[in-house]
Amino acid sequence: MNQHTDILAIETSCDETACAVIRDGREVLSNVIYTQISMHTLYGGVVPELASRKHIEKINTVIENALTESGLTLPEIDAVAVTYGPGLVGALLVGVAEAKSIAWAAGKPLIGVNHIEGHIAANYIEHPELKPPYLGLVVSGGHTHLIIVKDWAEFEILGRTVDDAAGEAFDKVARAIGLGYPGGPKIDAAAKEGDPLAIPFPKAKVHGSEYDFSFSGLKSAVLNYLNHAEMTKEAVNRNDVAASFQKAVVDVLCEHTILAAKEHGIRQVAMAGGVSANSALRTAMTEACKEAGFEFYVPSPVYCTDNAAMIGVAAYHEMMNGAKSGWELNAIPALRLGER
Amino acid sequence: MKLIAIDSSGLTASVAILEDDVLLASYTVDYKKTHSQTLLPMLDEISRMIGLDVHTIDAVAVAAGPGSFTGLRIGSATAKGLALALQVPVIEVPTLQAMAYNLYNARGLICPIMDARRDQVYNGLYIWWNHDLYTIKDQRAVSIEELAEEINRRNHSRGTILLGDGVAAYKDKLDALLTVPHFYAPAHVNRQRAASVGALAQIFYKSGKYVSAKEHAPIYLRKSQAEREREMKEGKA
Repeated sequence: MNQHTDILAIETSCDETACAVIRDGREVLSNVIYTQISMHTLYGGVVPELASRKHIEKINTVIENALTESGLTLPEIDAVAVTYGPGLVGALLVGVAEAKSIAWAAGKPLIGVNHIEGHIAANYIEHPELKPPYLGLVVSGGHTHLIIVKDWAEFEILGRTVDDAAGEAFDKVARAIGLGYPGGPKIDAAAKEGDPLAIPFPKAKVHGSEYDFSFSGLKSAVLNYLNHAEMTKEAVNRNDVAASFQKAVVDVLCEHTILAAKEHGIRQVAMAGGVSANSALRTAMTEACKEAGFEFYVPSPVYCTDNAAMIGVAAYHEMMNGAKSGWELNAIPALRLGER
Repeated sequence: MKLIAIDSSGLTASVAILEDDVLLASYTVDYKKTHSQTLLPMLDEISRMIGLDVHTIDAVAVAAGPGSFTGLRIGSATAKGLALALQVPVIEVPTLQAMAYNLYNARGLICPIMDARRDQVYNGLYIWWNHDLYTIKDQRAVSIEELAEEINRRNHSRGTILLGDGVAAYKDKLDALLTVPHFYAPAHVNRQRAASVGALAQIFYKSGKYVSAKEHAPIYLRKSQAEREREMKEGKA
């Protein structure tokens, strides 16, 4: 008799087709990711219709590989989990329809998972000691949230971006300085060759809400700098621009996070989401937390960017709370954190 | 042979369970609610009603396209998930051929049309001959003017029978453009029916026309807008 709880998790909210098998909410038995980046690179960003088409093409192979690698068969799985929002609606629908019919045909419970909550849960994979309450920072291409994780599935949002997400700003700036898509890793690499103090870009604050973020002003400042340099025929050092822009983002993320932790008397900080794979952000946040005397947690890069392992972990905690989705589960592209 | 059939290519959501020449259950709804919410609850409902043991299912049939891109993917992902879990093949049935199959042994030229937006319809042309359905014109995207001209040119001696949601969208235009006898199919057979998908799928299955769950993908008949724009740009460059 299998004493474990094994969850098959599916994630198709953006441009990765992913499936994982998670044991007891922590152990990754398999984690398969088919990334569509090379296709979207041709278009300079994610094309929703193409992402959806690729998902339906690849999803069964990805699921079959995840099952094979886990060493389990579908009948041995205890529940099927799927991301149902937020994300691209057409992309989400592929995973949702697939997960529902697998769960139905295999006679397993279905668990719909919020993608942002999945990112947060990614930290439990490698940090079994991390338990709520703690302060969380979720930074990705679509989300920038500063939150208090009060319990496994209870969140209080302290701050969020009022315009662009942090990852969006990376993509836009990368495009502006000709680094291309995806912006995050390209800026990270270019910044290593540049001087972060070369250009004093503004650290955008949102007036009257100390924990909110605004990155569109910073993006404009970079564009203005580039325009000005072009008009005055000054040479632009792309690496310096990348490093200085990155520093402006990293500084504001660190400042808000440390301030929030101090003011709420929280001594554990966990970061997650695609942008938390950024090496400068990881280093700066590690140092800032060390200096403040906080415990700091961040997943390995593979669990920072979109993956299904994190969805399986979040689903486990949903399941322990008795949550279960019905066959009418739909994709909700603008699903909010903590919303069911 | 027992199979589950699905059609969510258009506004109609339809599921059916067939065993040989018996339609055990079918459920069809033509109402503006997303297929994502309705399709599986519908299948669940009819399965419970007939006490279906899913492990007796031999294949999953799906209206594979053309149709609304999102609608097709909901049907395809549902079919792929079922087939993966039950370890059975997927039978891909062209949407328009299945619609023509609604009109068993009808005399005349059968002309299903689906609104394809951008001033086009999805259409194929079919006739019955010796109790078999023949494809005269394979399904494609075509303008209503071009289609009307083709129907006029063919001038089938028994007339042309039109059906599909494209009729509702273009009826006035069709009546104005068609100069040959034509008829509109009545409500019980003029939209997508999973039962027809399933019945036609049985014939496909017997002749070995099926794929594995992972091989199946919808037949869009159209590239995405991004691809078209990119090709145009590259063609010009």
